[in-house]
Amino acid sequence: MFHWLEQRPFFFAVALFLTVAFAGFVEIIPDFAKASQPTVGTKPYSVLELAGRQVYIKDSCNACHSQLVRPFKSETDRYGMYSLSGEYAYDRPFLWGSKRTGPDLMRVGNYRTTDWHENHMMAPSEVVPGSIMPAYPHQFTNEADIATAYANANTQKEVFGTPYDQADMPKLGSWDEANAQALDDAKAIAKDMKNQEVKDAVAGGKIPEVVALIAYLNSLK
Amino acid sequence: MQSNAQLEYDYSVVKAFTFATILFGIIGMLVGVIIAFQLAFPELSNLAGEYGTFGRLRPLHTNGVAFGFTLSGIFATWYYVGQRTLKMSLKESKLLMTVAKLHFGLYFLTILLAVVTLAMGFTSSKEYAELEWPLDVLVVVWWVLWGVAMFGMIGMRRERTIYVSTWYYMSSFLAVAMLYLFNNMEVPTFLWSGDAPSSLMHSISMYSGTNDALVQWWYGHNAVAFVFTTPIIGMIYYFLPKESGQNIFSYKLSVLAFWGLMFVYLWAGGHHLVYSTVPDWMQTMGSVMSVVLILPSWGSAINMLLTMKGEWQQLQTSPLIKFMILASTFYMLSTIEGPIQAIKSVNAIAHFTDWIPGHVHDGVLGWVGFMTIASLYHMAPRMFKREIYSKKLMDAQFWIQTVAIILYFTSMWIAGITQGMMWRAYDEYGSLLYSFIDTVTVLQPYYTIRAVGGLLYLIGFFMFAYNMYKTATVGRVLDREPANASPMAV
Ligand code: HEC
Ligand code: HEM
Repeated sequence: MFHWLEQRPFFFAVALFLTVAFAGFVEIIPDFAKASQPTVGTKPYSVLELAGRQVYIKDSCNACHSQLVRPFKSETDRYGMYSLSGEYAYDRPFLWGSKRTGPDLMRVGNYRTTDWHENHMMAPSEVVPGSIMPAYPHQFTNEADIATAYANANTQKEVFGTPYDQADMPKLGSWDEANAQALDDAKAIAKDMKNQEVKDAVAGGKIPEVVALIAYLNSLK
Repeated sequence: MQSNAQLEYDYSVVKAFTFATILFGIIGMLVGVIIAFQLAFPELSNLAGEYGTFGRLRPLHTNGVAFGFTLSGIFATWYYVGQRTLKMSLKESKLLMTVAKLHFGLYFLTILLAVVTLAMGFTSSKEYAELEWPLDVLVVVWWVLWGVAMFGMIGMRRERTIYVSTWYYMSSFLAVAMLYLFNNMEVPTFLWSGDAPSSLMHSISMYSGTNDALVQWWYGHNAVAFVFTTPIIGMIYYFLPKESGQNIFSYKLSVLAFWGLMFVYLWAGGHHLVYSTVPDWMQTMGSVMSVVLILPSWGSAINMLLTMKGEWQQLQTSPLIKFMILASTFYMLSTIEGPIQAIKSVNAIAHFTDWIPGHVHDGVLGWVGFMTIASLYHMAPRMFKREIYSKKLMDAQFWIQTVAIILYFTSMWIAGITQGMMWRAYDEYGSLLYSFIDTVTVLQPYYTIRAVGGLLYLIGFFMFAYNMYKTATVGRVLDREPANASPMAV
């Protein structure tokens, strides 16, 4: 049979494809619907949080940080409750990471605060001596991309049925409404910050990346 | 497999891809060395503003070496091995020649764009699938072009039976096409932006959360399989017998190892998700199949080693054979190490630590890197019709890079296991013994050793680039094609 195939490239390719694809059919298809159900209480991200999530992705924080607490005592003691599938229902893309050069951040919102992050993002090794995390001063001057965050949320709502604008769920509304809401949320964060440039920017209607990022980090619980 | 004197093979595309292999190898590994030093000396992360931070550079490294260096090497060797084992020349078909050149042009452009966009922070965040959607579209175009060239060449063949190497190249083409398409299903968000002036360069995944992770590692693991493994096996099946003048040890073993590998590989993706929130049975499947994977992997490797039966003295006389044999040996090492890491209780300690990059690099530096380098060395005298410039240099390169690899993986083994154990250590009162930062600072010496190892490997790669350049320009001209052992000047 193998000799026969080796002389007929078309059938060889077909046999090859079926052999390779088999595992995918069996493994991926059956569990798809089940795993994507949100757990009770999980809510979609606000626009400001999504903008922060985009900063997290843009600077590839996931290159050093996981967001997946495994069910071991040593992990739940360090980071909190182990992760449940439904908690990720609104994560597009998922950000589990594959390497913990820094600690897991899945529940960092439970034990770090806005002003801690502010100092840490500016100069990690001054807050935690010996830290090898890069400093992110550019996040204090770059502006967060709220428009793309809105498009992100709206795509989730329109294409994937993420429950924005429903009872007990975050409001999205039109771009103007969402933009105004994001600025309000940013003001609430900036209130707890010390950096004068950041405060001035937010007062003037601009949202620096670090503000959005902190909103996102605070939402990780 | 005797060479066919009357056919004149085309080397223009092979040369272009050879150049790309060397160029992207230098860029990708240079970035690798930089990020390795950044982990040892973090101040280096802040020398070039946001563009120089570890997070931005790491995807640049992985994409640069995987899709720049390795893929170029795969394409270069495909157009060489393909023509020869199928007994056809690209010169015989204007159409295929055009397709092959377009393949190169679009590919080269994509990788250059990838370097720029990744540095700017346009990334989907999914490992080895970071490129944003416009680049994904480009990738699909030249992948299809490669397929057209491949099946076109096969259609024109004079040799009825398709040689083992081509099976492996074909498997890469088919599997990567499937995996890449499914994993990169993404929706550009500007299409639903309302009135918001949103970015064109942004998309979100079709899948969410756990599903996204499942598809990603089904892809990610098999990107390793079908970029870092199967085409490299294709290379060794051609170049080792050619260079040594020996026949493949066993045809049966080739068939068994091939179909075994094809069937088992895709199941193993689950080993990236052990103790995560994907269903248990998949994690178990991932672990079990990873262990089964040892069989077909070692099947190929042993087939290669036994091909040298009775001819081991060639190891002394030819540094080129040394590269290939050590490559095969590193392949055995990393295909036994991987399954060990996939065992649940080991994975609990190894996952998320430096042991994983340690494992990755004994494979990519020892197996992918060495085999690619050896293949290009073998092709050089045939395509440039000149003797290899310096055997001494090649030998020195071999030893420098071998030491480099050993420094790399031993330091990362120690670092990984140290860190994994410290994370889970408790004191006598039942509280965690170490704060996280303790488990970071303890790694500094190992990070330094790894960075030095990486630097040595890069130096070796420059020696390779120089040797190739000199071969192409001033190597002694050959009047006819060497049959087996590649001629080299001392
Ligand atoms: C080079 C790897 C690296 C990168 C990239 C990185 N970090 Fe870190 N991070 C660390 C390390 C190491 C620590 C632990 C030491 C410390 O707290 O600074 C850490 C700690 C943290 C902490 C404190 C967590 C805790 O439990 O105390 C937060 C929050 C954090 N990082 C956020 C980020 C964000 C946001 C980014 C992306 C903008 C980022 N990190 C990028 C390595 C990194
Ligand atoms: C010059 C030598 C090299 C050096 C110094 C180097 C260094 C590094 C470093 C520091 C990382 C990040 C590890 C971490 O996050 O802790 C990395 C990751 C990686 N490198 Fe390299 N690298 C080199 C060559 C290569 C080559 C030649 C390849 C492939 C052909 C390769 C493939 C990868 C891959 C796939 C990863 C991701 C690993 C993972 O996610 O676990 N590297 N490398």
